[in-house]
Amino acid sequence: MGEEKKPGWKTVPIGGILLEPGSATKYKTGDWRAFRPVIDTNKCVNCLICWIYCPDGAIKRLEKHVTVDLDYCKGCGICANECPVKAITMIEEKR
Amino acid sequence: MVTLKELTTEELFTSGHRLCAGCGAGIIVRMTMKALKRPTIAVNATGCLEVSSTIYPYTSWRIPWVHIAFENAAAVASGIESAVKALSKREAWNKDVDVIAFAGDGGTFDIGIQALSGAMERGHDLVYICYDNEAYMNTGIQRSGATPHGASTTTSPAGRVIPGKPEFKKDLIGICVAHGIEYAATASPAYWNDYITKVQKALDVKGPAVIHVFSPCPLGMRFDSDKSIEVARLAVQTRYWPVYEFERGRYKLNIKVPTPKPVSEFLKVQGRFRHLFTPEFQHEVEVIQRWVDENWKRITSLCGEA
Amino acid sequence: MSKLIGLTGDEAIAYAVKQCNVDVVAAYPITPQTIIVEAFSEYVHNGEVKTEFICVESEHSALSACIGASLTGARVFTATSSQGLALMHEMLYIASGLRCPIVMGVVNRALSAPINIHGDHSDMMGSRDCGWIQIYAENVQEAYDWTIQAFRIAEDKKALLPVSVNIDGFILSHALEGVKTLDDKAVDSFVSTRKAEITLDPAKPITVGALCLTDYYFEMKRQQVEAIKESKGVISSVNEAYEQISGRKYGIIDTFGIGDAEVAILCLGSTAGTTKYVADSMRKKGFKVGVIKPWIYRPFPAEEIVKATENLKALIVLDRACSFGAPYNPLCSDVISALYQAERELKVINVVYGLGGRDIAPSDIRGLFEEGLEVSKTGKVNEPVKFVGVRE
Repeated sequence: MGEEKKPGWKTVPIGGILLEPGSATKYKTGDWRAFRPVIDTNKCVNCLICWIYCPDGAIKRLEKHVTVDLDYCKGCGICANECPVKAITMIEEKR
Repeated sequence: MVTLKELTTEELFTSGHRLCAGCGAGIIVRMTMKALKRPTIAVNATGCLEVSSTIYPYTSWRIPWVHIAFENAAAVASGIESAVKALSKREAWNKDVDVIAFAGDGGTFDIGIQALSGAMERGHDLVYICYDNEAYMNTGIQRSGATPHGASTTTSPAGRVIPGKPEFKKDLIGICVAHGIEYAATASPAYWNDYITKVQKALDVKGPAVIHVFSPCPLGMRFDSDKSIEVARLAVQTRYWPVYEFERGRYKLNIKVPTPKPVSEFLKVQGRFRHLFTPEFQHEVEVIQRWVDENWKRITSLCGEA
Repeated sequence: MSKLIGLTGDEAIAYAVKQCNVDVVAAYPITPQTIIVEAFSEYVHNGEVKTEFICVESEHSALSACIGASLTGARVFTATSSQGLALMHEMLYIASGLRCPIVMGVVNRALSAPINIHGDHSDMMGSRDCGWIQIYAENVQEAYDWTIQAFRIAEDKKALLPVSVNIDGFILSHALEGVKTLDDKAVDSFVSTRKAEITLDPAKPITVGALCLTDYYFEMKRQQVEAIKESKGVISSVNEAYEQISGRKYGIIDTFGIGDAEVAILCLGSTAGTTKYVADSMRKKGFKVGVIKPWIYRPFPAEEIVKATENLKALIVLDRACSFGAPYNPLCSDVISALYQAERELKVINVVYGLGGRDIAPSDIRGLFEEGLEVSKTGKVNEPVKFVGVRE
């Protein structure tokens, strides 16, 4: 990011209006993460507590359990702290 | 009441926003979006939520969203609501559209209270959600009219003489109810079901409805980001944050706390109260506990529980 | 088709708004604008308009509500004066920055302190750089005519800018005049209803008011510079269309006797009426004097003024506001910039007059013309900035 050519005043939409809803998904916040949630799918009971409490919408619902979208997960750890069956562990992110 | 499985997987407030890790506002807005019933327009006062969710050229919003300034979310929402009515009249806009305004405690308790008062008095059909992180977190943690007694902020620091904010928190719901509105409620994101149900109730009210929701802030309240929901829950379990609603003249306590934890349990997990746990200022914890007890008595008596 | 009605300046603006299919009005009363709000309230309460009228709790909220409504796609009007305009200041820039075609009646009044309720241009001059198209009416007829035209100017795709229609407090706001009004149908077909291309329609969600940092803010401002510059062409074409239905000719500037004049007075609003009257009587006695009245103050009519002053030997610019600490006062600063850009060495005298509603008499104006004629002979300006009508 930052390297792409930005539009000039003649082409950028007027008034600072953004016409593409939800374009923030192009901005990956996963690289903020210092700790990564790891889900033990054997323990996960798919209760969706982590899903509703995730500030970043980074928990994805699957058929039998949840998974983490690492593109956006900032590693806050709320999911691990709130998981009623302790199925989520935060491990240090090594890049 | 709702169940998590019933809630939509559609994210109208998308990932990729730049709220801090563990931010309560992000949780609250996601839950709000899952409570929507009809096409909705959102208004946002200046604040953390606004700056972090719409950094040009990116937006996290998949519903029409407007930010104008800090102090006028309720006035802007009034204009939008009136315009929707006017456009429906001339059939340029044939939609049943809801209007929600989001503002922090700064935009609600302080600089925005006049606009909110005006909108409530005029009776616009809108839902106003105050996500209260109890200080001006966006500009770097300055005290607000919602900051509790004793909290250390950058403009009410824990000094050698004055230990944090001397004043107490305003009663926002009392102010709103005094306007004669139909619905006003407090909430906590820890109690997701209660919150989502309240947003849906508020949306169905014809006229102004206000929800005052505790918004945990790891950075400004100073706790680890994984503790956000835990702190929001402690606020309720210590009776610091009574969860109740006012609906057509009647108050109802939504979350009963028969065996409350001492308020110190809520205070000690937050760095903003750390200075109160010194021999010098220990008595301040008692002052806060007394405020909590009095406030609880007042609220429960309104709710017919006392 | 045309009906002559006795209206005050405020009533004329309210009457024009009533005819313009306005969806939302949000306004707060303030002297001397109050009559606009009151008159419009009557239309609402008597069922004469379908407009949603928001009785806001302040001018700040008035313009905030207007911005919200305008973004939703509504045609929007508000009105204010003086302190009210000052309270709106923050919102003025947001209305233009978000390209909201709001029309606002501004009944010009002095700014506090000391508090004063009478007419001068301090309020609007304090907001001159806020990105609004600014129109000054000379009389009640012009107030009516410009208000109708303002909606078409504001909403034109090439402009999409807010427009203020200024009238002098009390002098026009409360003065009763016979106004040639158009019938409702003629106005309706002239202004139609607003058809906005980009709105807050949930079917096509947009984000408005995003945080534009160092990488985009400048581009947005550059667009505004262009939009207000280009709006001059929009104004001219709206003027032509309006002449078709009203028979009344408007333009960027108005001139009187400028063909052979050696000295002219340039001023805004109602003072131009008195000045034309004095110029007329002096011309009958053989003095070559004229009047230049910009109808449009923003975008500034630089080319038009340069052209109108081509044959002049001296120009007197009347300012009904001060720019404290500046070399010239607001209107004159702009005139001198325009002349400098055109490499014209015209002698200019800047006269501050009428602050806080103080009258300027025909004899004062005659005196100024005489002084101008003296400068045109000697080529010498003794006092480049002077004050008329203030006690020493």
